[in-house]
Amino acid sequence: MKKSVFLGALTVAGLVAGASAAATLDDVKARGKLNCGVSTGLAGFSAPDANGEWGGFDVAVCRAVAAAVLGDASAVEFVSTTGKTRFTALSSGEIDMLARNTTWTLSRDVDLKFTFTGVNYYDGQGFMVPKELGVSSAKELDGATVCIQTGTTTELNLADYFRKNGMSYEPVPIETNAEAQQQYLAGACDVYTTDASGLAATRATFETPADHVILPEIISKEPLGPLVRHGDDEWGDIVRWTLYALVAAEEMGITSTNVGDLSAAAGDNPEINRMLGTEGNLGEMLGLEADWAVNAISAGGNYGEIFAKNIGEETPIGLSRGLNAQWTDGGLMYSPPFR
Amino acid sequence: MTTLTDPPSESFRLSMLIYDTRYRAITFQIIALICFLLFFGWLISNTAQNLADLGKEPSFGFLMEPAGYDINQRLIDYNNQDSHLRAAFVGLLNTLLVAVLGCITATVIGVIVGVLRLSSNWLVARLMAVYVEMFRNVPVLMWIVLCMAILIESLPNPRAFRGENPEASMLLFDSVAITNRGVYIPEPLFSRSLGDIPVGNLFNISLDLIAILIVLAIGFYVSHRIKLKADATQEATGVRPKTWYMRLGVILVPLAALLVILGFHLGYPELSGFNFAGGTHLRNSLIALWLALSLYTAAFIAENVRAGILAISKGQTEAASALGLRPSITMRLVILPQALRVIIPPLISQYLNLTKNSSLAIAVGYMDITGTLMGITLNQTGRELETVLLGMLIYLAISLAISGAMNFYNSRVKLVER
Repeated sequence: MKKSVFLGALTVAGLVAGASAAATLDDVKARGKLNCGVSTGLAGFSAPDANGEWGGFDVAVCRAVAAAVLGDASAVEFVSTTGKTRFTALSSGEIDMLARNTTWTLSRDVDLKFTFTGVNYYDGQGFMVPKELGVSSAKELDGATVCIQTGTTTELNLADYFRKNGMSYEPVPIETNAEAQQQYLAGACDVYTTDASGLAATRATFETPADHVILPEIISKEPLGPLVRHGDDEWGDIVRWTLYALVAAEEMGITSTNVGDLSAAAGDNPEINRMLGTEGNLGEMLGLEADWAVNAISAGGNYGEIFAKNIGEETPIGLSRGLNAQWTDGGLMYSPPFR
Repeated sequence: MTTLTDPPSESFRLSMLIYDTRYRAITFQIIALICFLLFFGWLISNTAQNLADLGKEPSFGFLMEPAGYDINQRLIDYNNQDSHLRAAFVGLLNTLLVAVLGCITATVIGVIVGVLRLSSNWLVARLMAVYVEMFRNVPVLMWIVLCMAILIESLPNPRAFRGENPEASMLLFDSVAITNRGVYIPEPLFSRSLGDIPVGNLFNISLDLIAILIVLAIGFYVSHRIKLKADATQEATGVRPKTWYMRLGVILVPLAALLVILGFHLGYPELSGFNFAGGTHLRNSLIALWLALSLYTAAFIAENVRAGILAISKGQTEAASALGLRPSITMRLVILPQALRVIIPPLISQYLNLTKNSSLAIAVGYMDITGTLMGITLNQTGRELETVLLGMLIYLAISLAISGAMNFYNSRVKLVER
C-alpha cells in the first residue's frame, strides 16, 4: 500500500518534469529576465564592452525581444556559448533563444529540432590570409593549414570546397574565435575561415588590419538568424515578429527617435498604427502588451540603425549592407505585412 | 533466574522483518536498494519522456552517416566521406596514442624525479620538490594551454625557412624541421614494400612492420638463448664467456639484412607550398598535450615513487652497503624492486587519470575521441545523449583495460605471502 503511494508519487513527478517543456513566454515573464545565448565574443556581433555590458548586432536582437516581452531592454541575462555548446544550451532550456550568428540549415531545423525565426544577416563563408602570402584566390590554397572553429557549418563547407576543387588542406580545429585569432596571428595556420562578417569583425580587432586580406571567394550561403526550440510556437512567433518589426520599422521609416511621436497617437498610415499598437490588437494576439513593437524599436533602433551602429561602414568592422539591404533597395530584408 | 528453556519455535511473522534483529538489516538494505533502483528508473524514464516530447528518440543510426568533416591527425585512412563511426575510431586511436605516449614518459620522468627528490644533494632535491609542487598544484588544462602557447609563439613559422637567407633552418643535416605547426622528422620508407593486409574494413597492417617485428623477436630469442648458455657455462666453470658481440649481432645483422631487402630509406621533409611536405609530422597539438600530460602526471608519480622508497626499511640500505654495494646499485637492485610493490597500485590510478585527462585535448585542437565523437559529431548530428553515453562507455572500457593489465602486473610483482 505504502509502496504504491510512493510509486504513484514518482510517476507524477516524472510526468510533471516531462510536461514543463512548453510556455517559454510564461517562464520568461515569471523570471523577469530573458536568457539569451550569444557568442563568447565577436566584435560587432556580440561582445562585452569595457564595462561588461554586452553589445552588438546579435545582442540587439536579444534586447529587442526582451523589450517587446518585458518592456525592459536591459532585462537580459546573456549566456556565452561556444559553437559546440550552443545547441545543447538551447535544447536543454538553459537559454530561451539563441542569437549567435548561427546558420539556418535543414538538419538543424528538422533534426536538431530548432525553429529559426528569420534571418538577421545574410552571410557566406570566406577566407582571410596574411597579405605577405601573396594569395589572391581561394583556389591557390592547396596544402594550406586552415584554422576553423569546430562545431560549425564552416567545417563541413570547407571539407566540401576543398574536395570539390581537388585540393588538400590541414584543418586546425579551434574552440573559440579568440583562440583562432591567436593561432592565426602567430602563423600556426595560413588561413582563417569563417563567415565573411566574422572575418571582418575579427580583422577589425587586429593591430594592423591592413596586413590581412579577405579572399573574394564566398564558398557558402550562411543565413544567420536567431532560433528557438521546437515545440513552443507562441514563443517562436514572438521572436520572429520582433525581428520583423525591426525590419519593417526601417522600411516604414520608424526610427528610435521618432517612434515615441508615432506611437503617441494613431497616425495616417494604418500599418504603422497596427504595428505600434495604436490600432488593432496585434500585441494581444502575440500575448504581449500593445506597445511591444514600440519597446522593441526603442531598445536599439530599427534594423538599419542597429546595422549601422554595430557593424556598418562607419564602424571599424566596416560591412556594407549588400544582401542585407531592404528589399526596396535591392537587398533581401523583407518583412511580411503587419496585419 | 537463569533457567534456560528452548525458545518457542515460533513461526515467521511479517513484523519480524522490522522487529527481529536477524532480519532487520536485510529488510532495510532491500528497501534502500528498491529506492535506489526506483530513483534511477525515474531518471531514465524522465529523460526518455523529455526526449520523446522533443521528438528525439535515442537512435544510433547516425553513426553510419558520412561524417563530412576532416581530421588532421589520423593513424588510419580517413576522409570526410567516411562514417561518423570511423571518425570516432580515428579519434579513439588518437586518444590511445597520446595516452600510451603519456604513460610511458610520465613513468620515466616520475621515477627519475621521485628518486632524485630523495637525493642527498640539497639543490637537486629542492629543484625536484619545486617541480613536483608546481605541476601538482596547477590544473592540467593550464599546462596544456601553456605548452601550446609556447610552441606556437616561440617557434618559427614554416615561411621563415623560405628564401635566400632564411631566418630559420632545419636541424640534423636538413632532416628535422621544428616549426610552430609541429615537428617534421624523416619517415621510414620501403622501396620494395611487402604491402599491407587489411583487417576487416577497419585498417591496414603493414607487412613490413610485421616482418621487422618477427625478425626482432627471433633476434631477441636467440640472444636470450646465448645468455642462458653463458649462464650455464659460468655456473659450471666460473668463467663467463664474452658474448655481448654475439648477442648484439644476432639482433642487428638480420634486421639490417631485412631493411636492405625491403629497400629501406628515409623520406625527408621538404618545403612545398604553404607547409613542409614529406616526413612524419608531429603536430603541435600532440606535442603540447603529450608534454603537459606527462609532466603533470609525472609529478604525481614522483610522489608515489618517493613514498614507495621511503616505505622500505632503512635496514635494507644499510645491509646493502654493509655488503659493499654502491648506492646506485643499492637503489636499482635492492630498494626499487621492493618499492615497486608499494608504487604500482597508486600508479594504476595515475595512468587512468592521464588517460581521462587526455579528454582536454580539444583545448589545443587535438582530435581525440572527445573532439570527434563527443565534439564535432555531437554538434553536426545533435545526438547529445547517444554520443556522450558512447564516449563514456569507451573511456570506461579503456580505463578497465588499463587497470586490468596493471593489476595483472601488480599480482606478478607483489610480495607472495604465506
